[in-house]
Amino acid sequence: MKISTTLIAVALLAGVVGDTMAQANEQFIGLPSYRVGAYAAGGSGIYGGWIDYMTLINERDGGVNGVKLSWEECETEYNNARGVECYERMKKKGSTGNSVFQPLSTGITYSVLDKVAADKIPLVTIGYGRTDAADGRVFPWVFPMITTYWSQATTMVKYIGSKEGGLDKLNGKKIAYLYHDSAYGKEGLAVLEKQAQKYGFTFVPLAVAHPGNEQQSQWLKIRQEKPDWVILWGWGVMNPTALKAAAKTGFSREKMVGVWWSGAEEDTIPAGDASKGFTAAGFNVAGANYPVVKAIQDHVYKKNKGNMEDKSRIGSVYYNRGVVHGIITVEAMRTAQAKFGKKPLNGDEMRWGFEHLHIDAKRLKELGAEGFMPDLKITCNDHEGSGKVKYQQWDGKQWKVVSDWIEPDREMVRPMIEESAAKYAKEKNITPRDCSKEG
Amino acid sequence: MFYREAGQFKTTYLADQQIFPITQDRIGVLLILAVAFVAVPMLFNEYWIKAILIPFLIFSLAALGLNILTGYAGQLSLGSAAFMAVGAFASYNFMLRVDGMPILIAFVCGGLSAAVVGIAFGLPSLRIKGFYLAVATLAAQFFIVWALTKFGWFSNYSSSGVITAQEMQIFGYKFVTAESKYLLVLSIVVLLALAAKNMVRSSIGRAWMAVRDMDVAAEVIGIRIMHTKLLAFAVSSFYCGVAGALYAYAYIGTVEPEGFNLDLSFKILFMIIIGGVGSIVGAFLGAAFIVLLPIALDVMVQEWLHGIFPPSISSNLQLVVFGGLIIFFLIVEPHGLARLWQIGKQKLRLWPFPH
Repeated sequence: MKISTTLIAVALLAGVVGDTMAQANEQFIGLPSYRVGAYAAGGSGIYGGWIDYMTLINERDGGVNGVKLSWEECETEYNNARGVECYERMKKKGSTGNSVFQPLSTGITYSVLDKVAADKIPLVTIGYGRTDAADGRVFPWVFPMITTYWSQATTMVKYIGSKEGGLDKLNGKKIAYLYHDSAYGKEGLAVLEKQAQKYGFTFVPLAVAHPGNEQQSQWLKIRQEKPDWVILWGWGVMNPTALKAAAKTGFSREKMVGVWWSGAEEDTIPAGDASKGFTAAGFNVAGANYPVVKAIQDHVYKKNKGNMEDKSRIGSVYYNRGVVHGIITVEAMRTAQAKFGKKPLNGDEMRWGFEHLHIDAKRLKELGAEGFMPDLKITCNDHEGSGKVKYQQWDGKQWKVVSDWIEPDREMVRPMIEESAAKYAKEKNITPRDCSKEG
Repeated sequence: MFYREAGQFKTTYLADQQIFPITQDRIGVLLILAVAFVAVPMLFNEYWIKAILIPFLIFSLAALGLNILTGYAGQLSLGSAAFMAVGAFASYNFMLRVDGMPILIAFVCGGLSAAVVGIAFGLPSLRIKGFYLAVATLAAQFFIVWALTKFGWFSNYSSSGVITAQEMQIFGYKFVTAESKYLLVLSIVVLLALAAKNMVRSSIGRAWMAVRDMDVAAEVIGIRIMHTKLLAFAVSSFYCGVAGALYAYAYIGTVEPEGFNLDLSFKILFMIIIGGVGSIVGAFLGAAFIVLLPIALDVMVQEWLHGIFPPSISSNLQLVVFGGLIIFFLIVEPHGLARLWQIGKQKLRLWPFPH
């Protein structure tokens, strides 16, 4: 017993001492990844794609303006306490400390939310996390980028409206909301209820208990209520279960729209033929034919430096989402370098880069990511930056894009974000920043 | 040679009944406390205090709570994480809704709320035992997390159902730095551990152990079963509740009900199984094993094996090694690390002349 504790202590010490030896001209990025457990499919795909993109930048361009990227993974197991440990462990690593934290877990996001402001490390949550953090005046350190759950919910209504032949046709229709009964699943409730009032459709919320492999009563209810559309706000095993149950109930999958955490190959393939026709949202699309993904194939995998063991996953939804994470991180670094110089940047400087990040259509084309992800512009006021969502349909073998980028209902979402953020600010005694004075 | 009690004569009952009857033990404990209170905040860096020692102490407290219920009173429970959640959310609401609520009183109120809930879910223990009781406490686990998610009042109608711990302040002193939070947690844990140690040595503890060993016999000799079992549930839940409040206030900051899921309950149960069922020091050893070992493994893998294995294999390797070590320790000493510690002390008494 004593020997083992000594060993652990020595090992831990070695770990803490070892991290002080980092190269000077490298930008350190800590990756709180998860590759085991129930969500390993998402974690390995997204962090894999992200690492591959950073490898591409190092291999092809020699880093960002000569500053190479370096990173280290820390296994969080999607567990909040482990996530906090990873955050603390990586905080001081590299020559400038960890410059950005992106945990891919809403729970870990909440757990480090207060810490990032004190430690001056930007917290970037792309497509998850705390929605009202989009109000950059109250949350200067948090960036729920590209789009939030609330924006997504409004695009879903718009997409359904377009399929019905116009938003005015939604009047009198019935939309069921099949959601994961957790903080994540409840994100869509308030917005969709407001949308129902605005457009006059009947809204039927149906909660599914975690993990979601038992949905009989909910589908019985759907059979009774006969909704015109079903919105699937699922996670993990809940998604294929819902698709299979829909097939059994005889509910058309063409009339089912999923959230972006329902729209990966890992959600549809397990349900087999039952998934065919199912549509899901995404702020990135699937496919390996985009120039940026091809460049990764050429410069990374041909040199055998790729991160994915299963190369068939390159170009999958999760993998491409990781590439989006990589693009945003690298572009923010580029933006910040333009102001602070071509050197490794600390968290404060990186935050400036994220806050002034502007990836327009032209830049997307240069990156080889045209149509791959939406253009975005972050400001001090708006940390979301885009809100646009595309819809993809599963044709039985792969995801096919079936819509253009759909704009969210900003007039509805933004006041809700500001109201919620103001409440948070009041609770925590935060004085919102005056954005007209920010440089 | 140095660790032996020869020559230490107890001349009073008081001396015979103290917590640590052997002088060397007393010195050892005082030394550990001195190191924990003085040396650690001075010598250890922020990472160690914030990410390792604070969670270790908090989980030790939760394990201590479960050990009172399972180890001493013999009632198996799978709801510890839920009782932690009650403590965290109750403290939050007391702080939020009562003006000028002192933080320590809020922790106590959080613990008391957990105790009340614990008593309610302990009622089935009067009729059912063993694994069946575990299933009943499993219901507590799911019900409490569900209720905290379902009713917005608990989280002050936060849109995503999370609570953000208020600032900790005692007599105007704000607990902001890692060291101050650590000292606060340490003081609470030491106080409660001392209380637990005394409780299990008193008539209450003896009643618990009598019920654990054979409840019919305990009843025959005049121990009130209902009173004893429910007291065990109350005290245990109180400890878990305070641990939950500390988890929210001194460690994570913003917590969601989902964070107190069944996984965490199992973890706490594993802590006492590995550490030693029915032992105060076992709760600490078990928490150290379950909290620190995975982190140590991850550090080792990331630092030393970086690039040797593909990342998915190295992540899974950690779980394999961790699981292997659990099995190893359970085979070597089924009674837990606390028993190993005891054996070590016995051997030390005779050393260097064991025969």
